[in-house]
Amino acid sequence: MVSVKDIPGASGLTKEQLLAMYQKMALARAVGERERMLNRLGKGPFAVTGEGQEAAQVGVAFALRPGQDWIVPYYRDIGVALTIGQTPRDLLLAHLFRAEDISGGGRNMPSHFSDPKLRIVSTSACVGTQIPHAVGIALASKLRKLDEVTATFFGDGATSTGDWHESMNFAGIHKLPVIFVCEQNWYAISVPWRKQAAVESVASRAEGYGFPGVSVDGNDVLAVYRVAKQAMSRARDGEGPTLIEAVTYRLVPHTSDDDDRRYRSREEVEEWKKKDPLIRFSAWIEEHGIADHSDLERIQEKIAQEVDEASEYAEQAPVAEPESALRHVYVEEEEVV
Amino acid sequence: MAEKTMVEAIRDAMFEEMKRDDRIILMGEDVGSGGVFRASEGLLDEFGPERCMDTPLAESCIVGAAIGASLNGILPIAEMQFASFSHPAFDQIISEAARMHYRSNGTWSVPLVIRAPYGAGIHGGPYHSQSIEAFYAHVPGLKVICVATPYDAKGLLKSAIRDPNPVIFLEHKKAYRLSRQEIPDEDYTVPIGKAEIKREGSDMTLVTYGLMTHHSLKAAETVQDEDGLSVEVIDLRTVSPWDREAVLASVEKTGKVLIVYEDNLTGGFGAEVAATIAQDAFDHLDGPVTRVASPDVPIAPFAGPLEEYLLPNPEKIASAIRDLAAY
Repeated sequence: MVSVKDIPGASGLTKEQLLAMYQKMALARAVGERERMLNRLGKGPFAVTGEGQEAAQVGVAFALRPGQDWIVPYYRDIGVALTIGQTPRDLLLAHLFRAEDISGGGRNMPSHFSDPKLRIVSTSACVGTQIPHAVGIALASKLRKLDEVTATFFGDGATSTGDWHESMNFAGIHKLPVIFVCEQNWYAISVPWRKQAAVESVASRAEGYGFPGVSVDGNDVLAVYRVAKQAMSRARDGEGPTLIEAVTYRLVPHTSDDDDRRYRSREEVEEWKKKDPLIRFSAWIEEHGIADHSDLERIQEKIAQEVDEASEYAEQAPVAEPESALRHVYVEEEEVV
Repeated sequence: MAEKTMVEAIRDAMFEEMKRDDRIILMGEDVGSGGVFRASEGLLDEFGPERCMDTPLAESCIVGAAIGASLNGILPIAEMQFASFSHPAFDQIISEAARMHYRSNGTWSVPLVIRAPYGAGIHGGPYHSQSIEAFYAHVPGLKVICVATPYDAKGLLKSAIRDPNPVIFLEHKKAYRLSRQEIPDEDYTVPIGKAEIKREGSDMTLVTYGLMTHHSLKAAETVQDEDGLSVEVIDLRTVSPWDREAVLASVEKTGKVLIVYEDNLTGGFGAEVAATIAQDAFDHLDGPVTRVASPDVPIAPFAGPLEEYLLPNPEKIASAIRDLAAY
């Protein structure tokens, strides 16, 4: 495990970059919380968010080149989407299924990200099915000799699927420029890791596919960033894939329809709250004199304002015309180039 | 013009398209060595291992990776070695390939062809004989082609490769080398979604596709010679989208319709054809909409006599034509 104490500095990041990293994490937290609140208010029928996993998400995404590298996320990756360039407005428009929602105009569920201009690929709710897509995208980059890396994200649950195994194997054979990011939060909804696998570490499985697996403290954003940078270098140098296991915890239930009290103790959740990645990073920032408490409070205030505005905008935005549900089953003629 | 078998025509279609557009790749099990049916013979030598790519034995990943590649500027042809082995890829096909365009509100598209040899009659047993068109014809977002002749196979495969949507391209194994047909030297396509009247007639419409086209034409010839019955044989060629207009126009002319398919009866694609005719051509019907299909057993035992007993053949079709004609 790599942890913050092993990091000599800030991985070469500037003060502005470090604060931007903090801002993305805090923004992801705020958007997740807002989506759950809108759900409780009866405005959004469903919420799936990733509070607690922000360091894993933002740390990796910060190492990617928005619009150049490909993102194949899963439904908890609010921090990834925001770091790559989506806005709270984008995500709340999806949450409230508005016509303007870039991910699908209200067709797909919230947090099922898609944004073609940012190369965030449309996500389904099937666990693990996106992983072969990432491998295929990376294969295309290699065939076309393009300087592109594909990062795909998934939870520990996905590592039980055939698609995960088949994709890791395929990527290893062809030394594809792809980064597999497991956000190890220890539960596939309610099923704990010990009932999902007989091994301790997801990362150890990479050996069977012929490329490195790295386990990292997924609540330490700088540690995550550092291993993601290394994975990026490997991918760009033609050395092939890396599996990153970012060990973290989901501080909230699986979705708005889940009651996590049925399968995990409050004590366990409280223990992980002490390791909250946002609190840890803000402490690190203050400790190293990157910014003081009032600076961070100002960032938080701006985020609250931005999320309020996005929320208000999304609430008044129209839903698509019902009959538009018949469109886009097939590529329509005018779309063919 | 040269005479080609269907499998040669399929190979020629891939060869010519890959020559025309270097975005096209073929990927699948054993495709590099020419494939178990020799459909990709010579492609590795011409295009190299990156464009004629042998894959691990993992159908879901073959289709899933092909979907991904199609999102990033490649036009993949994913080969399923046998249609019966394609089921591990079912989730990728229906949840991902078919829905990507719809769920993203038209912002992503999956220009992908999935080729699969299908059908019975070759002693393939329960796992090399299946008809799978009904599964995929049920799924909006997919196009499904079932070819039976060299000319149609080549023209439709070219159309499938040039189509911006995911297309399931089903090649009947028994039709691969059943007959030879003159194929034009120049480039041509056959449109997706257009049926062809393979034999004109006035007493009855026979709607079919795939290998059953050949059996139906033989049956139509027999009843013409022996009973003086004039049967119009329509080869759908594409089951999704299918050519309702051609079928309805023929039924309006003849007043009777026999639907012939190799798949087992219940929920087979012919059921959809029958329902459409019953609803939209009711006033023109002069007899019950009738189907000939395989019985509802899990398809094609290995033993020849058992397999032959189950499958529709020219004699069974001719008998059904006579019964319906007498109604």
